Amino acid sequence: MKRIEGRKGLVQGAVAIAETIKAVRPGVIAAYPITPQTLIVEHLGKLAADGKLEGKFINVDSEFSAASMVWGSVAAGVRSYTTSCSQGLLLMTEVIFNMAGTRLPVVFTAVNRSLSPPINIQVDHQDTMTLRDSGLIQIYVENIQEAVDTHVQIYKIAEDKDILLPAMVCMDAWILSHAYAPVTIWTEEEVEEFLPPFDPVFSLDPKRPLTFGALSNDPSLITEFKYMTHDALIRSKQKIEEAAWEFEELYGNYYGGLLEETYTEDADIILVAMGTMVGTIKVALQQLRNSGKKVGLVKVRSFRPFPDSELRAALGAAELVVVLDRSFSASFGGILGGEVKSCLYGTRGPAIINFVVGLGSREIYPETVFDIVTQAEMLAERGLSPETIFFNLNKELLPEAIFSI
Amino acid sequence: MKLNIGGITEAGLSKKNQTGNWRAFLPVVDKEKCNGCEICEVFCPEGCAEISGKSFCVNEFYCKGCGICAYECPVSALTMVASGGLSS
Repeated sequence: MKRIEGRKGLVQGAVAIAETIKAVRPGVIAAYPITPQTLIVEHLGKLAADGKLEGKFINVDSEFSAASMVWGSVAAGVRSYTTSCSQGLLLMTEVIFNMAGTRLPVVFTAVNRSLSPPINIQVDHQDTMTLRDSGLIQIYVENIQEAVDTHVQIYKIAEDKDILLPAMVCMDAWILSHAYAPVTIWTEEEVEEFLPPFDPVFSLDPKRPLTFGALSNDPSLITEFKYMTHDALIRSKQKIEEAAWEFEELYGNYYGGLLEETYTEDADIILVAMGTMVGTIKVALQQLRNSGKKVGLVKVRSFRPFPDSELRAALGAAELVVVLDRSFSASFGGILGGEVKSCLYGTRGPAIINFVVGLGSREIYPETVFDIVTQAEMLAERGLSPETIFFNLNKELLPEAIFSI
Repeated sequence: MKLNIGGITEAGLSKKNQTGNWRAFLPVVDKEKCNGCEICEVFCPEGCAEISGKSFCVNEFYCKGCGICAYECPVSALTMVASGGLSS
């Protein structure tokens, strides 16, 4: 039974996250204010200036420095936090691989924004999906309350002694970061009931110096070293499920663990998606069901660790799976689409169709979802196994040469 | 031996790392020319070039043979000579 009440209010997404980070009490926050950034950093900066932040807020000269700073502070045994978007996340990439390899659980908020060019600050998942091979935990959220709650959960998962990996809450820009919604925010004391203090296995101490990130050119060690990160990330699957259940017990909110399924039990067609478009699909789903179409939805909450066996169980009985990607790997296609195909390989499972949608804030309406379902049904009927489809690609805008080849 | 989580190890391991093994060339001094000006000492990125007494000497355990000392020497007292790592 839920026993924690929280404080309810109409709050802007970024402010809700900043207030949650304050309640989580990181000892060090380092962040760079642009390229691009959100109100999360601005609000944390204000809290620091007003003397309301317990930890140290460090201004730095770039996202590379921000990431390096919190890598160091977690190595010193201090709970830490940073946040960025888009190009800023890419500038952190080198350090993120180092965090995962040295097993230092920095927590990030990634506010998902499209990458340049063209220079823009619109929403899609290209920035964070590009970090997928680093060893980082990534959870994609659907609404502001889930974003708030997932931050509390993810500290517990990342700092668990069996895991010790950097972790990122991925939330869509604008739709979540800048919109206002009725949100419940948890106080320091309320967070403390769920989240124990960070108790590192190894930490820097002048009296007991250690080496983090040592040199080894030894081919007989490097595979085993890399495997440890792979193994820890796989083991974090169980911790993500547990954190979601425990959180529900105390706070009453649950959004799924690795996945969340809606109407999948009897579905002929199952859509697979991440982030805010999940909310739109849920609305569309009601209408599709009312019109007699057996359509279901799997929300992928944890993209890393990748929920492969869970997806096989959720999707195996469907006739058609339609994966909606908000990012792509050039020349290959949708990233989530590719991974869903890969995990269903050899299962005699459903036909799979992959659409790329919503790049650079192109709006996804319930009507978009109806169109996609109709298109997918047509394609499946014709027995085609098409490559990734860029949904509603406006060929009028493209130079003719592209189509004359 | 077992790896620690994250490969975290004791401190000061770089002292045991024989970077001299990477070397293809070693700086050799012409004592007649060397005037003990210490420019080599200042420029050596590894801190293994040293003026001892009044002449150049090199720590062969760490010297990677980059040749910066020889390049910077204002009196051309240093020559890079082919060297098989720590064989000497």
